Amino acid sequence: MSAGNGAAVQDPPVKPVKGRGPTFVTRFLESRHLGWAGLAVGLLAPFIIATPYAMDVMTSAVVFVMLAVGLNIVVGYCGLLDLGYAAFFAVGAYTSGVLSTELKLPLLATIPAVIVVTVLAGVIIGGPTLRLRSDYLAIVTLGFGEIIRITANNLSITGGPSGIYGIPGLFGDASSDPVVFYYAVLLIVAVAVLMAARLGRSRIGRAWRFVREDEDAAEAMGINTYKVKLAAYIAGAVWGGLAGVLFAAQLSAISPASFTFLQSALVLMAVVLGGMGSTPGVVLGAIVISLLPEMLRGLADYRFFAFGVLLIIVMIARPQGLWPHRSRER
Amino acid sequence: MLEVSDLEVSYGGVQALRGMSLTVGEGEIVALLGNNGAGKTTTLSAVSGLVRPGAGRIAYEGDDITREAPPKIVGRGLVHVPEGRRIFSTLTVHENLLLGGYLVRDAKELAGRVDRAYTLLPKLAERRTQHGGTLSGGEQQMLAIGRALVAGPRLLMLDEPSMGLAPLIVAAVMDVIRDINQAGTAVLLVEQNAKAALKIAHRGYVIENGRCVLDGPALPL
Ligand SMILES: Nc1ncnc2c1ncn2[C@@H]1O[C@H](COP(=O)(O)OP(=O)(O)OP(=O)(O)O)[C@@H](O)[C@H]1O
Ligand SMILES: [Mg+2]
Repeated sequence: MSAGNGAAVQDPPVKPVKGRGPTFVTRFLESRHLGWAGLAVGLLAPFIIATPYAMDVMTSAVVFVMLAVGLNIVVGYCGLLDLGYAAFFAVGAYTSGVLSTELKLPLLATIPAVIVVTVLAGVIIGGPTLRLRSDYLAIVTLGFGEIIRITANNLSITGGPSGIYGIPGLFGDASSDPVVFYYAVLLIVAVAVLMAARLGRSRIGRAWRFVREDEDAAEAMGINTYKVKLAAYIAGAVWGGLAGVLFAAQLSAISPASFTFLQSALVLMAVVLGGMGSTPGVVLGAIVISLLPEMLRGLADYRFFAFGVLLIIVMIARPQGLWPHRSRER
Repeated sequence: MLEVSDLEVSYGGVQALRGMSLTVGEGEIVALLGNNGAGKTTTLSAVSGLVRPGAGRIAYEGDDITREAPPKIVGRGLVHVPEGRRIFSTLTVHENLLLGGYLVRDAKELAGRVDRAYTLLPKLAERRTQHGGTLSGGEQQMLAIGRALVAGPRLLMLDEPSMGLAPLIVAAVMDVIRDINQAGTAVLLVEQNAKAALKIAHRGYVIENGRCVLDGPALPL
């Protein structure tokens, strides 16, 4: 049946799609080519502007996309509110930073260790808290975010408040060209986005959505909700940790100041703004959140004010996000 | 096939079940009747593993399932349609049905079960891509039942399927339950609408304050 009929029924909890049939545009937006189109935009961007500053901004935006896509697994797919997501970003960045500087490894070689450490961190934090009602998770993750930052601030191996310097590039200490580095990051993140989208459509992805919608009903239908939630939390942790590796590679120096609550809040904002559970939405949300403050630079001191106002306008105009999730299973 | 004996459940300080016992035989429809707060929902939740009983025993097809986890219990074919339907309002009818078959890993088997649910509940087939929340109350109840059918129940437990429905729709829901039963599934039917329930039930129990006060064949009740 057409989506328009839904509007006739009283009190629909979801906003039905506007009463038009699928146009060329909407069909394209839901097609599988969309991801390739997005990637093409990313690939072509350096041909338009390739100043070191622009490359830096674009690389940061792509790393931020990875964070948002990872948090989307936790918040968007599974409905678990994580207020300390930057902690996993920090765990990944510090793990690869410490290993690469102490052992003189290229950053890519630290990835297996980063995965192990972030999975462990996910199990340690998620294991006990996910047994409780979901509300507790928000509080615990908020605390976890602060604990990680404060720990990094006080340990000597993490360099205390000044952090770690001289982190080599992804492939060893290549004095890498920012454009080459941008492309490397873009490809890695593209794969990560694709994998997250795949996960969302898989069997476990379906279970995540059931848990998000109604945990008790999901349990009654035989889903082990605890395991399913833990899986989402761990997947989010790994994505966040790998984004941390890219971040360390980009800056070659990391310090606790990069992993504040503000960072967690911005990632969460990208997910909510883009449309929880929707991969294209969250990618768009992350790009908007990371690029908008740069574009508003002309407003000098008012730019964060303007940024806030714009976000509020978007949330009022499109409460489901810029690009809400629409189910594909028919 | 189901035997509940001397079940006790409390929520914090409140004791909801005080020595609840009942049985359901192969191929039967058993009605569980009682006022608000009598402990009907709690009984079903205990059987399906959603709440932990403090004492008592639940046996299903000869096995003790008192402390088993919900996924295992569903896997045994003991499926619970919760009170208030609890369908997923932002997911489509089809996705809701797929949830019922979450434990079925074989895609072909799952598709077959979903098709059978559509055959039994043709209304749902017409509304396949509609969001659950936009269905009428009766359709939502049918969807909740359909979702449970996809799980492949041998004993289906329904919690107040008539709640909030017009008499005509109640009758339609009861007909569907009878059809399901005639196809070989035992049914444990919780109802406040005793009249509607006893029309299709073979036996019934009346519970009060967490225990059974009356039981017997449907007609005299
Ligand atoms: N989660 C809970 N926490 C605390 N008390 C509860 C909880 N669930 C049920 N109870 C209490 O247990 C008793 C039995 O409740 P139950 O839901 O089993 O009744 P019911 O027979 O299903 O009632 P109704 O017909 O209204 O659905 C009630 O006194 C109720 O207040
Ligand atoms: Mg009840």
